[in-house]
Amino acid sequence: MASFGNAFSSSIGKKLIMGITGLFLISFLVVHCFINALIIVNDGGLTFNMGAHFMGTNWIIRAMEVVLFAGLLAHIVQGFRLVFQNRAARPERYAVNNGSANSKWYSRSMGLLGTLLLIFLIVHVSKFWVMSRFTGIPTVDANGNHDLFAVMVETFKDPLLVLLYVLAMVSLAYHLLHGFSSAFQTLGWNHKKYTPLIKGFGFWFSIIIPLLFALMPIVMYLGCIK
Amino acid sequence: MAELNAHIPEGELTDKWTKLRSSMPLVNPSNKRSIEIIVVGSGLAGASAAATLAEMGYKVKCFCFQDSPRRAHSIAAQGGINAAKNYQNDGDSTYRLFYDTIKGGDYRAREANVHRLAEVSTNIIDQCVAQGVPLAREYGGLLDNRSFGGTQVQRTFYAAGQTGQQLLLGAYSALERQVGMGKVEMFTRHEMLEVVVVEGKAKGIIARNLLTGELERHSGHAVLLCSGGYGNVFYLSTNAMGSNVTAAWKAHKKGAFFGNPCYTQIHPTCIPVSGDHQSKLTLMSESLRNDGRIWVPKKKDDTRKASEIPEDERDYYLERRYPAFGNLVPRDVASRAAKERCDAGYGVGKSKLAVYLDFKENTERYGRIEANKNNIHNPDKETCMKLGREVIKEKYGNLFDMYAQITGEDPYELPMRIYPAVHYTMGGLWVDYNLMTTVPGLYALGEANFSDHGANRLGASALMQGLADGYFVLPYTIGAYLSKELATKPIPQDHPAFVEAEASAKAILDKFLSIKGTKSVDHFHKKLGKIMWDKCGMARNEKGLKEGIAEIQQLRKEFWSDLRVPGSSDEMNPELEKAGRVADFIELGELMCMDALNRNESCGGHFREEYQTEEGEALRDDENYAYVSAWEYKGDVTFELHKEELKFENIKVAQRSYK
Amino acid sequence: MSTGNMNLTLKIWRQKNNKAKGGLVDYKISEVSPDMSFLEMFDVLNEDLVAKGEEPVVFDHDCREGICGACSMFIDGRPHGPKEGITTCQLHMRSFNDGDTIVVEPWRAKAFPVIKDLMVDRTAFDRIIASGGFISVNTGNAQDANNLPIPKVQADSAFEAAACIGCGACVATCKNASAMLFVSAKVSQLAQLPQGQPERYRRVQSMVAQMDAEGFGNCTNTGACEAECPKGISLENIARMNRDFYSAKFVSEESI
Repeated sequence: MASFGNAFSSSIGKKLIMGITGLFLISFLVVHCFINALIIVNDGGLTFNMGAHFMGTNWIIRAMEVVLFAGLLAHIVQGFRLVFQNRAARPERYAVNNGSANSKWYSRSMGLLGTLLLIFLIVHVSKFWVMSRFTGIPTVDANGNHDLFAVMVETFKDPLLVLLYVLAMVSLAYHLLHGFSSAFQTLGWNHKKYTPLIKGFGFWFSIIIPLLFALMPIVMYLGCIK
Repeated sequence: MAELNAHIPEGELTDKWTKLRSSMPLVNPSNKRSIEIIVVGSGLAGASAAATLAEMGYKVKCFCFQDSPRRAHSIAAQGGINAAKNYQNDGDSTYRLFYDTIKGGDYRAREANVHRLAEVSTNIIDQCVAQGVPLAREYGGLLDNRSFGGTQVQRTFYAAGQTGQQLLLGAYSALERQVGMGKVEMFTRHEMLEVVVVEGKAKGIIARNLLTGELERHSGHAVLLCSGGYGNVFYLSTNAMGSNVTAAWKAHKKGAFFGNPCYTQIHPTCIPVSGDHQSKLTLMSESLRNDGRIWVPKKKDDTRKASEIPEDERDYYLERRYPAFGNLVPRDVASRAAKERCDAGYGVGKSKLAVYLDFKENTERYGRIEANKNNIHNPDKETCMKLGREVIKEKYGNLFDMYAQITGEDPYELPMRIYPAVHYTMGGLWVDYNLMTTVPGLYALGEANFSDHGANRLGASALMQGLADGYFVLPYTIGAYLSKELATKPIPQDHPAFVEAEASAKAILDKFLSIKGTKSVDHFHKKLGKIMWDKCGMARNEKGLKEGIAEIQQLRKEFWSDLRVPGSSDEMNPELEKAGRVADFIELGELMCMDALNRNESCGGHFREEYQTEEGEALRDDENYAYVSAWEYKGDVTFELHKEELKFENIKVAQRSYK
Repeated sequence: MSTGNMNLTLKIWRQKNNKAKGGLVDYKISEVSPDMSFLEMFDVLNEDLVAKGEEPVVFDHDCREGICGACSMFIDGRPHGPKEGITTCQLHMRSFNDGDTIVVEPWRAKAFPVIKDLMVDRTAFDRIIASGGFISVNTGNAQDANNLPIPKVQADSAFEAAACIGCGACVATCKNASAMLFVSAKVSQLAQLPQGQPERYRRVQSMVAQMDAEGFGNCTNTGACEAECPKGISLENIARMNRDFYSAKFVSEESI
């Protein structure tokens, strides 16, 4: 009987899960970033709230939300498993290990960067998502949409929180800097012609997306967007 | 004196092997399953034999002292492997390969063996390619060839400068396939210390597990020694640090005759010695002589840099002396010519024991061709050199890098400095046409036997011989012996012969540890090496050899009274391993000098200063020395000479000329 | 006895056997010549130790010309030392300075247990090859070698993968002690050749399964293996192996 065997439990299979979920999460980042970017319209959050409303009510998006959490969970759980398995593969550490001579620090610190992101996510989700889904957003805007924008403005008055967001986005940038091209390598997409393009695109993606995310709390804190 | 029968089949030279192969007794498949064969060594000969025998259905046990069979020293062969494929359409044929090999060996090899080697050479290439060995190819997708010394055709197949590695990994993968199927049991980090002989036949070995120090008894219906050559008797050689004669020497002491021990090959293109600390020498492949020109300054003790010596003040001595073959003369000729120039005071470098190998002219020539291809017309010299360097890099990149690492000089800019060094031993255990030694059931393959290269081996022929023996010769010929052994039950491991062999191996190990002297193993090894190089090296004479024998005997006494081996015998103890190897080298060294002293002629790698032509070429004495010296061990480091006459029926014996 | 003028401090991992606890031990060594290889410097040290009646340092080495793959020292935090593209035996003392302190440790990985001092057990590599790193062709079954033209680019690429010497530097340097570069080099060599096609998808599955069974870690694409590989084996091989693995698992109907 033909079966998938150890397709997912093998070392390559585990990485496949990390790669696919990683790329999926990257696609989510793009959507999230686009919606957030609607604040740039600077209309007191009307456009932004409309986007948020759409995201909160469209059934395809709602369905995808479930997939997103599943993907996120898989990425996190598998990530931790890999970290522990990989540590176990070298029970005795080196007294001297000059890792920087042969690889980038962030590529060796994906577990750490991921953990930082996880802490951030817990804060972030409890601040915004839990409220918009369960406890409810207290006010509505001029269009009658839930005023998520107002919540943001309120939240980002706290400089410590802004700092947390900015640091988290730095973590995200480094996480992506390795993760983006690494996912392609794991999927086997290494090609003399295309890999340089992927790496180049990945580099700018890893800088621009976290930068945009980080700018939102900053501009709100500074009051540039009201 | 025991009669030496080489068992060469009757009939025409060209039919001998085919006929024998077709009439060889066979062992039926069900019987093969119950026959165990022990293979000692996992290089080209050992791995290919073990894999092939297992494929045929025999039970095989394979031993190597390295941590993996993939590390056997065949891996270090650089240049290539010969085969009479005639892919270049340059007139090559089985006969021509046969002829070149006999002539290259200075008419001291067996015709029938060499012809068989030439016949199966083509099968080797086919087999290796089928295994996925990535030999070099041309753009059309077909295999590429290059030239090697001693031939005027291009018949050498190669994989950059790593041909040995690729061929060995091919044989290794075939071996591991059988290991995976459970048909070969692999014993790594094991060293053979004794052959077990029962009623005159080889029936097993004693091997030491190097990890635990435990002595193990292994029985088998036949024992194959594929343990390589003994170049390390010189201490400094291109051999690996672990390469040793112990397996062959123990077999010799159990009755296997040792053939032509004095035939050693000194390779002309090695990186010169840089100091006393040197532990080994590194070869620069013979293939470099395709594109490099060898020269020394015309002026004695010239201290100018190579680049400052103008063209007409350079002596391209090989091209001058041997216009027909030029830089591609056989190794023995090239080595002696280099020694002659250096001894006469024309050597270069700090030690003055080196000559230049210069790629400049060919780099420029390649560059010009490349420029043409790229539509650059009338390129200047600099462009040519730049483009040419790329070509050279592709052909020899790894060798150039190796040179740069070791010397700290850039060979793309400066000519290489090279000097001859011990590289290969044509001598080895005497075997008959079936590769069986004088002990029934004990076989020797590859460099461990003496068979195919006469007094000098041509470049790219060692890989050919190792694989020919292992893939295509022994698996057939062993049937003749095994078919008669079917009735023999496996020898129980508590048989007195096993007990005795183990006790004798243990006694030697205990002895090493009990001396508790003051000098390390390496101390004695270096001393032995110096005696051998000075007295039994590139040039030998009666007086020196006699002195050498006396010095070695003295050294042996000191070794057994002043050796210090730390640690114990029941653990991983490399010093103890080395002690065993050096003890055997010391005894072998004496035999080599005796053999060289006995052979009152010059032939191939054996150059007796008393016997040379007026131009300084080797002067053979076919009337009195057209024989193989086969030495029998008579106990207590004494030996008796037996002779196997060499008959040349298909080739006209002549003074070797490469002029 | 040596002729140079460098004085060095060595911190070398000493461990009596697999079960014993090991530790770094300091050794002073003087008159080191810059022309010596790193292993020749160890020879000098060992001569001194034997003369003093101490046990010499045990390490794997054989060909001393960078091709057998036996030598395996982790020098100052890097496999085969500070220079790229070479093995320990090709490392020369001119790459160090007088007065340097050099830390030498064995390869460290669960799948490479220490045997003694700097010597480790790498037989896991052999078992991986035995699980499928070959083309099943018995002796005598081959057709003429030129009946199968192979494009030069492909043959060269297969050769580059085949240049692996099995030293284990990739495992030693990988933060996860992953053997992916080693395994992918063999998978990739054979997958690029027409001779390797019949077993292509069986091979990758069995070799990966064996690799996992040996206890190596998982690849996280840091690229350290490629950077430290003395033979410059490329990460492309890992991607190629991944592709073949997915094809084998998700496209092929044969499962093993």
